[in-house]
Amino acid sequence: MKELLEGSMAVAEIVRLCKPGVVSAYPITPQTHIVEELAQIVADGRLDAQFVNVESEHSAASVVLGALAAGVRAYTATSSQGLFYMSEVLYNIAGMRLPVIMTTAARSISAPINIWNDHQDVVSLRDSGWIQFHAEDIQEVVDLHLIAYRLGEDKSIMLPVMVCMDGFILTHGLETVDMPSAEQVDKFLPPYKAPYKLDVENPLTLGPLVDPEYYTEARYALNKTHEEALALIPKLTAEFAKTFGRTYNGLVEGYQLKDAEKVIVAMGSVCGTIKEVIDELRAKGKKVGLLKITSLRPFPANAIYDALKNTPKLAVIDRALSLGSFAPLSAEVKAVFFGKPKKPQNISSFVVGLGGRDITKDSIKEIFRLMNGKDKQAEFIDLKPELLKENYE
Amino acid sequence: MKEIRIHARAGQGAITTAALLGYAYFLKGLCPYAFPSFGAARMGAPMNAFVRVDSKPVRLRSQIYEPDYVIIVDHTIMRGYNCFSGLKEDGVAIINGKDGQVQAPKIKPKQKVFLVPANDIALKHIGRPLGNTALLGAFCAATAELGLDDLIAAIKHRFNAKLQEGNIQAAREGFDLVKNQIKG
Repeated sequence: MKELLEGSMAVAEIVRLCKPGVVSAYPITPQTHIVEELAQIVADGRLDAQFVNVESEHSAASVVLGALAAGVRAYTATSSQGLFYMSEVLYNIAGMRLPVIMTTAARSISAPINIWNDHQDVVSLRDSGWIQFHAEDIQEVVDLHLIAYRLGEDKSIMLPVMVCMDGFILTHGLETVDMPSAEQVDKFLPPYKAPYKLDVENPLTLGPLVDPEYYTEARYALNKTHEEALALIPKLTAEFAKTFGRTYNGLVEGYQLKDAEKVIVAMGSVCGTIKEVIDELRAKGKKVGLLKITSLRPFPANAIYDALKNTPKLAVIDRALSLGSFAPLSAEVKAVFFGKPKKPQNISSFVVGLGGRDITKDSIKEIFRLMNGKDKQAEFIDLKPELLKENYE
Repeated sequence: MKEIRIHARAGQGAITTAALLGYAYFLKGLCPYAFPSFGAARMGAPMNAFVRVDSKPVRLRSQIYEPDYVIIVDHTIMRGYNCFSGLKEDGVAIINGKDGQVQAPKIKPKQKVFLVPANDIALKHIGRPLGNTALLGAFCAATAELGLDDLIAAIKHRFNAKLQEGNIQAAREGFDLVKNQIKG
């Protein structure tokens, strides 16, 4: 049914329909509305789950780890510093092969403290072993949660999945959402049956000390599973389309790529703004396009290569930094083409929209304009040079 | 596409205002995107809420710099901010305030400004100085974007019982006030 919903309310509702047995979270802006609503839903008896109040994100992550270790579907959500406080546990959840599903309201990181949107928190966790999806709009956020549960809990995968939604822009924005019915969700997502769990009748150990004899293979297997997830995601999105009538690729999405001479690569809600600019520029005869990356982990290198191998000029937008190095997404996109027979003539890298600095149509047009010149390396868009001149001597 | 910018202080109900407006558009079969932008993220700090609406899903995620309409929930914000910045040549502004309270803004020939004593209206009908629904009533009359019935349907969706009745009356009074100004 189509409804006008705040992004956070839409997430709480789809999580309710996915029927986790345990929800545990600690509030942090801009994630708070999601878990407040879920607490209300549980208190009202609309979801048969334990909502475990905790004193920190470290404990929230530990609670959902424990729930999955006992074979119970679980859910949590966080943001920014909360994600970092969870991070020790997050690596464990992935390593122990427990399919926790988490929403992250993507937000900047301290210091200086800032509550607004960028991707510095989530992108920092790219090596944690979690599958990481990025959504463009609220409908996609909702749908990716369903795909996340199916993917993570698939017996061939058994990995946690993070669904990233841009803080405020999507968590606090209202738009029309086609909310699936409980019957549709039940059909697509069967109850969770853990292939292994803590059970006094059949004792086993999860997350034990593993010596050099075995550790490498455990990590190799984790990495290999990410490759397998790359193959499974398009199958799941195809099945999703059959049940719900909405089509996603799940890995990447091209927009006006066919004859495009200049293409921007980006993730998240900024892709909507980019599509709007592309339509304006196309109306003036400019051959421009977008490649949206939905799955940052596993990284869809082959899909990116196939989509962009004949594109003359590429620009990668990062809403995060890898301080002291290349902008993170740009480095990975460039790696896709190294040693390949076909590649773009230019790949530029732009950093935009940190800490909630608004990304306007002009910001995007500036990037398309700058693609005419030499390659740019982590060039900041909308930077205010006058603010860099402070002197404290 | 129409763009509406709401100026208020955090805690004055600007997000609810944007949500009501969005819902009224949604009921008409349009595609709204309503969203806030916080300043200092503290109660009383100046903030904006926005509604962008179109016949197809809205993809543009930036804030609104060239609004068709402006709603100023707290006129004291006009002292420090140019709330009319970027307002379209034929744009409309609704200001919560009374004669003598608000200095007449410099506007372009085709722009229109309506002063609505929305807090007084709200005090009368709701018992609290939250003039948002009175301002939205005024917005409907001033812009003809939405009918009063559309707004009332959105209010009924959002509020129950006494609050619903009070807000409907406030919306109606705001609507009538501007309708009469236009006629007069």
